[in-house]
Amino acid sequence: MARFVIRRLITMVLMLIVISFVTFLLFIVALPGGNPAALIAGRLATPAEVHLISVRYGFDKPIWVQYVRTMANLFDGSAYSYQEGFNVMGAITRGAPATLSLSIGAGVFWLLSSIGLGTLAAVRSGRYTDRVLTVLSMVGVSMPPFLLGAVLIYYVSYKAGVLPINGYISFTVSPWQWFRHLIGPWITLSVLFIGFYSRVLRGSILDAQGEDYVRTARAKGLSERRVLVRHILRMSLLPIISLWGLDIAQVIGGGAILTESVWGLHGIGQLAFNAIGAFDTVTLLAIVLLTAICVVVMSALVDILYAVLDPRIRLG
Amino acid sequence: MSESGLPEQGPGALLAVDHLRVLFPVKAGLIIDRTVSRVHAVDDVSLSIGTGETLGVVGESGCGKTTLIRALVRLIKATSGQIHFRDLDITAASRRQLLPVRREMQMVFQDPQASLNPRKRIRQILATPLALRGLPRAEIEAESRRLLDRVGLRPEHLGRFPHEFSGGQRQRIGIARALAMQPKLILLDEPVSALDVSIQAQVINLLDDLKEDLGLSYLFVAHDLSVVRHVSDRIAVMYLGKVMELSPAAELYTKPMHPYTQALLDAIPIPDPAENRKRVRTVVTGEVPSPIDPPDGCRFASRCRHASDICRTVEPPLTRYANGHLAACHHPQNVSAAELAAAVRSPLSPTSAGEQLPTLAA
Amino acid sequence: MSEPLLQIEDLAVRFRTDEGAVRAVDGVSLSVERGEVVAVVGESGSGKSVTGMTLMGLTRGPNAEISGSARLDGRELLTMSNRELRAVRGNDIAMVFQDPMSSLNPVYRVGDQIVEQIRTHQQLSRQQAMARAVELMERVGVPRAAERLRSYPHEFSGGMRQRVMIAMALSCSPKLLIADEPTTALDVTIQAQILEELRQLRSETNAGIILVTHDLAVVADIADRVVVMYSGRVVEQGTLDELFYDPQHPYTWGLLGSITRVDSDRSARLPAIDGMPPSLLAPPPGCHFQPRCPHAFERCGEVPELSPRTPDSPGHLDRCWLEVERKRTLRLVDGQIGLAAPVRA
Repeated sequence: MARFVIRRLITMVLMLIVISFVTFLLFIVALPGGNPAALIAGRLATPAEVHLISVRYGFDKPIWVQYVRTMANLFDGSAYSYQEGFNVMGAITRGAPATLSLSIGAGVFWLLSSIGLGTLAAVRSGRYTDRVLTVLSMVGVSMPPFLLGAVLIYYVSYKAGVLPINGYISFTVSPWQWFRHLIGPWITLSVLFIGFYSRVLRGSILDAQGEDYVRTARAKGLSERRVLVRHILRMSLLPIISLWGLDIAQVIGGGAILTESVWGLHGIGQLAFNAIGAFDTVTLLAIVLLTAICVVVMSALVDILYAVLDPRIRLG
Repeated sequence: MSESGLPEQGPGALLAVDHLRVLFPVKAGLIIDRTVSRVHAVDDVSLSIGTGETLGVVGESGCGKTTLIRALVRLIKATSGQIHFRDLDITAASRRQLLPVRREMQMVFQDPQASLNPRKRIRQILATPLALRGLPRAEIEAESRRLLDRVGLRPEHLGRFPHEFSGGQRQRIGIARALAMQPKLILLDEPVSALDVSIQAQVINLLDDLKEDLGLSYLFVAHDLSVVRHVSDRIAVMYLGKVMELSPAAELYTKPMHPYTQALLDAIPIPDPAENRKRVRTVVTGEVPSPIDPPDGCRFASRCRHASDICRTVEPPLTRYANGHLAACHHPQNVSAAELAAAVRSPLSPTSAGEQLPTLAA
Repeated sequence: MSEPLLQIEDLAVRFRTDEGAVRAVDGVSLSVERGEVVAVVGESGSGKSVTGMTLMGLTRGPNAEISGSARLDGRELLTMSNRELRAVRGNDIAMVFQDPMSSLNPVYRVGDQIVEQIRTHQQLSRQQAMARAVELMERVGVPRAAERLRSYPHEFSGGMRQRVMIAMALSCSPKLLIADEPTTALDVTIQAQILEELRQLRSETNAGIILVTHDLAVVADIADRVVVMYSGRVVEQGTLDELFYDPQHPYTWGLLGSITRVDSDRSARLPAIDGMPPSLLAPPPGCHFQPRCPHAFERCGEVPELSPRTPDSPGHLDRCWLEVERKRTLRLVDGQIGLAAPVRA
C-alpha cells in the first residue's frame, strides 16, 4: 500500500512539471499575441525601450531559464499581468474565497444528492419513482447553468425575494449572509452534476445487484439494507467518486465561469473570463496551472482512495 | 490412429515444437521496475503433430497449455526454442512469411460467445477468411453455405447474428470460420468445456467427422482426461510448464507412468456408481504451486507421494519406453524391470534435466 | 417415517419478461431426507439452479411468480415473509455457488465475511465468531486458518475460495445445504478434494444436501438419489443405481450416452442427443423432450405424469409414455445405454 501511494505521488509530481512546462511554452513562448516585451512596453515604446524591458524581464534568456523564472514568479507572488499590471497571485487570492465557497459547497451538495437519488432510483428500478427520477435527471443534464441561473434569479430572487439577487458576502463578515448568497449558485452549479451522477450511480448499483457476491450476501441472510450499504454501495460509489474528484478540481480551478458570472461572484472563473477577453496570458497561465494542480492532485487522491476501498488495486 | 513408435520429432511432422520456452517477467520496484522473477509458463516443451494426427494436451490451470497454443499461433513471443510448421521455422518469421502458415493453422476458442464479433452477421464472419483465402467474390456466398452445411447448420443461418445461436451452434460457427481457410491443422483450446453435456458430444462427433473427411490434424487442449481420450491419438500431460508424460492415447489410461497422470485419472469420478465404489482412489493433496521461479527438480515433487530426494534436486529427463511412451519421472509406475532396462533418454527432454535414467526402486 | 427434511410439491417459478413469461420451473416435486445427498441433474435452462435459488428466496422479485409448496422441517418456505426468510437463509439452509472466484466480496477480508454471517444469526461477540471461523476453516482443510482469515479473496486459489464458501455455508450448522455446481469451476484434482469434503460433511453433520450439477460423473461419486430435470420439469427420479442401471427416460439415456469417460474406450461415435433444448418462452406441447426424442410417438403430445412405472421400484418415477420393457431394449446403443440417432424424414 505504501509503495502504491509513493509511486502515485511521484507520478503526480512528474505530471505537474510536464504540464506546467507545456502550458508555459503555449502561453508565454509561442505567445500568439506577439512579443511580451512589446506588450509590456505599450504601443508607443521605442525599440530600445522594448529591448530594455526584454532584458529586464529575461525574455532574451534560454527557454528553460525563463521557465524557471516564470514559475518562481508565479509561486512567490511576483508575477504581474503584462497588460493590466495587477499582481496575478493577488487577483487569484482575491477570487479564491468566492470560488472555494461555491465549489466545495456545491460539490458536497451534488455528491450527497446524487448518492441519495441514484440509490433511490436503483432500489426502485422499473417503478414509478425510478421513472420520475429518470425524467428529472434528463431535465437536469440538459439544463444550461446560465438559463437555470437566470430562471432562479428572476423567479426566486427577484419575484419571490427569497434569495439575494447576486454578489458574494464573506463568511467572516456574516455566515448567514454568506450561506444565503450561495444557495442560488450552489443549485445552479449542482443540477447538471446531480442529473448525470445519479444516472451513473443507478447504473452501477444495478450492475452490482447482479454480482455473485451480492447473491452470496443475500444467501447469508443479511438484511436488504446491509446488503445495499456494505456489499453494493462500496463498489458502486467508486465511479462517481472518481468523476467527482475531477469535476470538483475543475470547478475550483475556475471552471464554473457561467455560474460565477450569472450570480456575480467575482471568483476565479470570472477572473479567467476577463483574462481571456484581455488576452492576459500571465493570468491565464496561472489559472491553467491552478486547474492542472487541482486536477492532478485530486486524481491522485481518487486513485489512492480506490486502493483503500479495493484491496485488489493495492498490488500496484 | 498413430502407428506405435512414431518418430519423436524431426522431418515429416506437420508441426514440431523444439525446446520451447515462454517466460513472463515479473516486474517490481519503487520507482523504476526491474525484473525480479519470471513466470515459467511454458518451460522447455518439445512436441510434434503428424499429418492427420490428433495430439491431446491435458493439464490443470497454470500448466501452460493455453500459453503453448498462443505461442504456436504467435500471439505470444517465444523466449527460446523453435516452432517448425512443415519444416519451416516460424518462431521468428515475419508477418509476411507467416501469412501462408496462418492459413494452414487455424484456431478454435473455448468461449464461442466471446470469439465471434457480436455486430457481424454469420455471412460477414465467414466472408472475411474466405476473401483472405483469395476466393472470388461471386463464390463466397456458395462457399459459405457449403461450410455451414459442413458443420451442421442451415444456409438461412447466414443472415443471423451470433447472439441468435445457442452455445453449441456458435461453436459450430467458430469451426466453420476455421475451416474457411482450408487449414491443415486446427488448434482447439478447450472447444467443448463451455458447452452442455448433450451438446459436447455433438461437437466432438463433428470434429471427428471433419478430421476423417478433410485429413485434418488437431491439437486438442483440455483440462481433464475424459474428453481427450475420445479424440486423441497421442496425449501429452503437462504440469507447471513441463511435459510430464507423452503417450499413445489408449496406453495413457491403462498404463499411466507418471504419478501426476495417475492423480489426474484418480481425480475424475466415473459415471458408473458400481465402478466408482470399486475404485481405489488416491486424492492428491495440496494445490499447484506458483509458476514463478519454480524449484529445481521435478515440478510435481511437492505433491507426489512417491517423491524422494532425487526428485527435489534433479529434474527427471523424459524417458522413452516401449511404444513411444515417454515419461519424465524418477520413479515411474506400471513399468517392468525389462522395460526400464530398455528405456532411453528422449531427445525431447528439457535441457536442464539430469542424465540419470530411472532405476528400479530398491 | 415422519416428514422428510425438505418436501417440495408442485413448485413452479415463472419470470415475466418483455418477450413473455418464462416457465423456469414447471411443477417440480422432490424430497430430501436428513443426511441424504440428492443430485439435481440437468443442462443450462433445465431449471435446476432456479429450484435451488427459490428455496432460498433468491428468485423473489416483482417479475417472479412462485407457486406450489416447499416445506423445510414442516415450515412452509414459499409463503414466509422476507424477514422470516432471512432468519432461515444462511442459518437453516445454506448455499454454495458455482464460481468461487466471484462469489466472495473482493473488498472484505475472508474472515470478516464469515463472521458477518455468523453474527447475523447468532448472538456472539466478534472474537467468539472469529474463533468459530478459524475452527470452520480448519474443518474444511484450509492450512494456517487463523492467518488466512486476514487475507482477501484474491489472495486465495479457486479451490481455497470454494473451501471458504463451504466453511461459510457450514458456519450456522444448516439443516440443508444447497451446492450449485460446487466443483464445475475447479481443476480436477481440486474437484476431487472438494467432493471428499462434502462427503465427510454429510456423514459428520447429518445435513441434507442438494447437489445441483450437470456432471453425471460427480453424481455417481456422491449422490444417494438423483432427480433429472429437463426444460423446467422433473423427467425422472430414483436412487443412484436405478438411474444409472435402469434409466427410464430417453433424455436420461441421452445424458448417460453422451458423456466421455476415462475408464472406457469408445472409438465409435458418441451417441449424442440431437437438436437443442426448447425455449422456455414457448415450450413444445406435451413432453418437452419429444422434439429431440427418436422414440417419440403420438401419445407424447400429452404431458406424461411423473409416476412410478417400473413394477418393482415404487420410488423410481419418470415421465415417459413408453412401455417399460420396450424402453429396456430401445435404450441400448452398441450394447451401452444411449440415445439412438434420430431417423430423419
